Amino acid sequence: MANEGLDTAISGEYELGFEIDIETDIIEPGLDIDTLKFISKKKEEPEWMLDLRIKALKKWETMTEPHWGKLDYTPIDYQSISYFAAPKEQIDSLDEVDPKILEAYEKLGISLDEQKQLAGVKVAVDAVVDSVSVKTTYSEELEKHGVIFCSISEAIRDYPELVKKYMFSVVPMADNYFAALNSAVFTDGTFVYIPKGVRCPMELSTYFRINAMNTGQFERTLIIADEGSHVSYNEGCSAPTRDDHQLHAAVVELVILKDAEIKYSTIQNWYPGDETGKGGIYNFVTKRAICEGENAKVSWTQVETGSAITWKYPSCILKGDNSVGEFYSVAVTTLAQQADTGTKMIHIGKNTKSTIISKGISAMKGQNTYRGLVKINSSAVGARNYSECDSLLIGSECGAHTFPYLESKDTQGQVEHEATTSKISDEQLFYLRQRGITEEDAVSMIVHGFCKQVFSQLPMEYAVEAKALLELTLEGSVG
Amino acid sequence: MSIMKIENLEAKIGDKNILKGLNLELEAGKVHAIMGPNGAGKSTLSKTIVGHYDVEITGGDITYKGKSIKDMEPEERALEGIFLSFQHPVEIPGVNNAYFLRTALNAKLKYEGKEELNAAEFLRAMKKHLEMLGMKSDMISRSLNEGFSGGEKKRNEILQMLILEPEVIILDEIDSGLDIDALRQVSEGINKMKDGKRTFLVITHYSRILDYIEPDYIHVLKDGKVIKTAGPELVPYLEEHGYDGIKED
Ligand SMILES: Nc1ncnc2c1ncn2[C@@H]1O[C@H](COP(=O)(O)OP(=O)(O)OP(=O)(O)O)[C@@H](O)[C@H]1O
Ligand SMILES: [Mg+2]
Repeated sequence: MANEGLDTAISGEYELGFEIDIETDIIEPGLDIDTLKFISKKKEEPEWMLDLRIKALKKWETMTEPHWGKLDYTPIDYQSISYFAAPKEQIDSLDEVDPKILEAYEKLGISLDEQKQLAGVKVAVDAVVDSVSVKTTYSEELEKHGVIFCSISEAIRDYPELVKKYMFSVVPMADNYFAALNSAVFTDGTFVYIPKGVRCPMELSTYFRINAMNTGQFERTLIIADEGSHVSYNEGCSAPTRDDHQLHAAVVELVILKDAEIKYSTIQNWYPGDETGKGGIYNFVTKRAICEGENAKVSWTQVETGSAITWKYPSCILKGDNSVGEFYSVAVTTLAQQADTGTKMIHIGKNTKSTIISKGISAMKGQNTYRGLVKINSSAVGARNYSECDSLLIGSECGAHTFPYLESKDTQGQVEHEATTSKISDEQLFYLRQRGITEEDAVSMIVHGFCKQVFSQLPMEYAVEAKALLELTLEGSVG
Repeated sequence: MSIMKIENLEAKIGDKNILKGLNLELEAGKVHAIMGPNGAGKSTLSKTIVGHYDVEITGGDITYKGKSIKDMEPEERALEGIFLSFQHPVEIPGVNNAYFLRTALNAKLKYEGKEELNAAEFLRAMKKHLEMLGMKSDMISRSLNEGFSGGEKKRNEILQMLILEPEVIILDEIDSGLDIDALRQVSEGINKMKDGKRTFLVITHYSRILDYIEPDYIHVLKDGKVIKTAGPELVPYLEEHGYDGIKED
């Protein structure tokens, strides 16, 4: 009877698996130039954007899907996916969002009604359902500070100069297979521009919701922090419970100029599929930041609990002297989930500094891989990196793997790497239970302790959410 | 009045029969000491009482306040007031000691339908215990038992006992590995809990701790059975003659 509690399922229900009951405009599955023309027309895009999309598609067609990740999945049939889906009755006025969508967002804990938000903490939200942004709150108030916060589709129409200058500048069009696909078919996402010297007066956030069946979500986010500015941005996401896999291939580009800072946090809670591996989101994401100027700073904080497959390496190109890149990650794999995630820190400027804190938690049949690259160019005199990769195993059928890569051309670079693997033992759980703490609470107590360093990086409200989410993910049929 | 009754208890770990028809009755409010040779089954007995997953009960019963606890979950037994200070407390990295203690206390308060303590109230309540046990305050901000010395772990067990105020307190070799001061401080902690209502089961190899806490009964556990029960006068006899000469009651 050696503690069944651990060996059996330690996985909670996916709570956000409901479907929003709305009519959806969806195009036939398939991908060719006509698909791009359709998307571009729907978005009322200028000609140059369509040309770029077509160029990306051509490049993508010459590329092959990468398989170096420690991931095992059935091949994706790109012609069987529908590349555009939007809630019907989309009315131009931003105020008229389908009440069902508002309700669904309320259910997700997000208010799209500026009046209804609690005083105190204001969070501006861009709400994206399938392929379109349905509402962006507080845009006007932000405008007073010169902050642009809108959907990428709007930005393409209204701020073409900024978009032309920065889109593809961090993640080139054909950077990798999934980025190329996204460049061709991206539908919506968020655009942020913080002008010189401005500290964004509120948290910005985007909430992505996949709702329609058989679709993929291909969002594109571009954030530019001009000199001396500061912004904290958060993204969240979820999807209905479905039996088939859905593809999510996003691209996020961050540009940080001299003395500016972006804090980018993600709480990823896509539908993970079931314990046999049926259903769930395939999450192939390219996220990259460039610290262009001196003293620029970027930090990626991610809490990854969802998706059947996660393939994601938020990266920092530290070009400006004294620039700083940070990566804080908690990745949980339970059920039959697989995650291959980590970061790349590319040191180019002098005295650049990077920190990597990665916490992988595996339960049930979950497989968790950390893959990180620290690259120090010869120009990066005085560069420093500290990496810490810890794995926590719950039960005996899961796995954790760590692949830290180091490329250093500069012997003056200072690189430190630490890694640990621990297991929640029956003896530990028993000890806590002998003190009157239930087995579930005991597990979450150990898990929280393990994730502390990362959670402390999140804005307060999100830290609370992340904690609760983790609890829910690992909660289970104990005993 | 007896608070716990162990009757003809048989238990095994793996394939090994360890408790072989053990009988023991704990009288409420009294201090019971258990002595016996290494490997006799003392720790197994304490594990059996608290429902450790290693142990399988193959016969007999344990009743607590008149009810069998054989099938109770470990946390329920704990919440009902049974506490075990482990012979070898496990380390739990990443779990803050103070946070753990407060969670455990609040679980108990909640179970008893009482109001839970907030962080400030809790810290205040704990401070005086720390002082008495000669524990540095950094020990409660550290991870639970992680990197604690043997003596520090034992003091931390006593700290938990003081905070949780259990009714039946099982101390498995609380005195092993303690220096002279620690032994005195730990004994002081135990004596503080002696209020004529709480019941103690103290497993030890040494008479020193018994000099401090003055047991009411001495039980000799040998080869999976309690073979003798007597008053404290048995201790010097055992010190002199060992366990070989003890005749079964
Ligand atoms: N997990 C286990 N697997 C196998 N045998 C065990 C296990 N735990 C205990 N035993 C055996 O059970 C017997 C009783 O052990 P127990 O720990 O109860 O003794 P004890 O009386 O507490 O001894 P000590 O005074 O040395 O602490 C010993 O022979 C021991 O080797
Ligand atoms: Mg023992």
